[in-house]
Amino acid sequence: MKFFIYLSNYFSNRETIQEIILIPVIATLLAIFLGLLLLIVSGSSTQIALTALVALFTGSFGSLSAISETLTAATPLIFAALGIAVGFRAGLFNIGAEGQIILGGMAAVAIGFSFQLPFFLHLLFLLLAGALLGACYAFISGWLKATTGAHEVITTIMLNLIAYRLLDFFLRMPAIQKEGRNDPISKSIFETAELPRILNYLDPNLRVHMGFIIAIIAVTFVYWLIFHTTIGYEFRAVGKNLDASKYGGINSSMTIIVAMSLAGLLAGLAGATQISGILGRATPGFSAGIGFDAIAVALLGRAHPIGVLFSSILFGALIAGGRAMQVSADVSLDLITVIQALIIIFIAAPILIRKLFPWVFK
Amino acid sequence: MMNNLNKDKFDNIKTKKSLIIGLSLIFFGFVIYLFFGLGVEGQATFRLSRPTDPFALPNLILPAHSFIGLSALLIAFFGGRIIIKAPKNFTIFMALSFFLAIAAFLVWATAGKSFSLTGMLQATVVRAVPIALAAMAGIMCERVAVINIGIEGMLLAGAFAGALFGSIFGNLIGLILAILVGGGFGFILAALVVTFRVDQIIAGVAINIFVLGITSFLTNHLLKSNPELNDAPIFKSIHIPFLSEIPVLGSVFFKQNIFVYFCIFIVLISTYYLFKTAYGLRARAVGEHPKAAETLGISVIKTRFNHVIMGGMIAGFGGAWFTLGSVGRFDEGMTGGRGFIGLAAMIFGRWHPVGALFAALLFGFADSLQQKLAILRTPIPSEFLAMAPYLVTIIVVAGIVGNAKPPQAIGKAYVKEN
Repeated sequence: MKFFIYLSNYFSNRETIQEIILIPVIATLLAIFLGLLLLIVSGSSTQIALTALVALFTGSFGSLSAISETLTAATPLIFAALGIAVGFRAGLFNIGAEGQIILGGMAAVAIGFSFQLPFFLHLLFLLLAGALLGACYAFISGWLKATTGAHEVITTIMLNLIAYRLLDFFLRMPAIQKEGRNDPISKSIFETAELPRILNYLDPNLRVHMGFIIAIIAVTFVYWLIFHTTIGYEFRAVGKNLDASKYGGINSSMTIIVAMSLAGLLAGLAGATQISGILGRATPGFSAGIGFDAIAVALLGRAHPIGVLFSSILFGALIAGGRAMQVSADVSLDLITVIQALIIIFIAAPILIRKLFPWVFK
Repeated sequence: MMNNLNKDKFDNIKTKKSLIIGLSLIFFGFVIYLFFGLGVEGQATFRLSRPTDPFALPNLILPAHSFIGLSALLIAFFGGRIIIKAPKNFTIFMALSFFLAIAAFLVWATAGKSFSLTGMLQATVVRAVPIALAAMAGIMCERVAVINIGIEGMLLAGAFAGALFGSIFGNLIGLILAILVGGGFGFILAALVVTFRVDQIIAGVAINIFVLGITSFLTNHLLKSNPELNDAPIFKSIHIPFLSEIPVLGSVFFKQNIFVYFCIFIVLISTYYLFKTAYGLRARAVGEHPKAAETLGISVIKTRFNHVIMGGMIAGFGGAWFTLGSVGRFDEGMTGGRGFIGLAAMIFGRWHPVGALFAALLFGFADSLQQKLAILRTPIPSEFLAMAPYLVTIIVVAGIVGNAKPPQAIGKAYVKEN
């Protein structure tokens, strides 16, 4: 009951309803519109643009399998964006999710095929390894920031670039590379290490897997952590005002390191669930820019766990719909990247949206 | 009494710091000998000029084992000296040790083979150009207190515009349009952060993602089906008479294309502009204390717009280097993080154009190292060599940033009072 009172208070405030619902919705629609405009400007016919638009919607929410694809694409985004949201709360801009996903995925692959273990135990080990390596990788940036003041934006980007090279090297190691293959591709993980599909009983082709359930648990956990624990309070204090938190007795260096490592842990989980739930092995591009999409997701969700959940599903829908668009209208997936960038710009500039659509905000 | 206490405390910290640095240098020297010195035989031959050059220099031949041993010993000696003397400033010793370590590494890689040192230095200068230009763009923006994380995207946009328009209109007009496209993104950034007061880092990241998306999209939709639109004529190198015939230096600095010459020109002119003209002084005032600048009648908003656009134009020019200055064709994401490395060079150069140029040369060296060492077939995997520039960036940002001070008002939106 208390929760509902809280909820109704929350939504009765006109300002917040605009902030959390109206602006993201307008931003998304405007971005999709501009994306299609780009399609027409670059020489496609209006017919193709309309086909693309229809495919974008039917491919994301049009059928059970479309919804399954949307949730499948949303799963790694939820993890990675939660990590970035934790960073935002602590005043850190973690662009390194991509690299942390790669490291997490590498650890997952290595655990997945190296030894046989009973089903649940193997899966647990795989996820833990992914989370741990992701956390270690992010720890580097956090530690550098806390001890030397090196800006995390630059160090995480450099670590991303290093991660790509590490992955290239990793996939060519004789112990990792699939037997009889010359291209960089890892061995496949054992079945005992795979995340089971949740809708298997309806149709074995529905790809949405246990990772989505774990992601929901992660959302709840991060919500609790940020808003109901001392650590979460310290994150927010450091993020809001570093100097004040220092005078208040918070060990800000430690907080930065913990927040960054937690962000890496979640991104590492994104990589591990992607390997274990969908791909089964690693290839050079397996991270597929999830780490960068996750930045947009975290911004769109205003660094709030619930917001992250919904915006992940929105972005999952964009990706699933984008794939359908690619198939039916032959439009490259890069258009989705453009739309995502536009969404970030509009979300980050609410003044712009208010000026463009004054009648909505009367 | 109080003073004395503080002084003691200060000395104590200083000795502790020099002890740590000295010990790490000794350890470093030991490691260098262990990794490179043991088991190395033969001589390393460094070619300084081609036999066809008018003034050919003889090859530089170094006995590998003794050279590496000597370098390691010298590094350890510097470490010992720092511990004993605790000098005020040990940057010079660290720089020397760094240089010796690189030399030892090169000698180790070349032992028993021959390697063109001049070629490597030439590649260093070429590879430093986009980094230096990115750093100049960063300086222009940050001097007026606008963080420009979007330089990477502006470089990419310049590269794409250079390839596309260069293929249609020829390389000169392609270059001009690349500069204008860069300036356009500068304008967008300025509009977002100055007018709409978007968080500067978010705006920059959005520009990066946007440019990556739109250039990849257009590459797939436009350039793949029309390959003639992605085949721009490149700028050939111009040999400056007389100067280009100086051994080593001639080929390194005076047999390059216009990007190298313009880059040096931009460094000089922006140094003069920022530090010797009234406009430069105003720009720096806006970066340090916008409110004070506004009180003196300087328009903060106009100044920020102008400089961010200028920065964007420099980045567009730097981006054109990737296509018009080297290969003539555009590939998705071809800038490979050079914009961010440029920002690191800017920090390393302490927001000064000349400093940033030298920092860029350091990064250019790391960048050319991986390219040239591939020829020598060292046992180090190529992936690890390719990490060199990124690792150097992290080390530089981590090692320097504590001492470097950005302009005071950096990252803050300016709200004009009515």
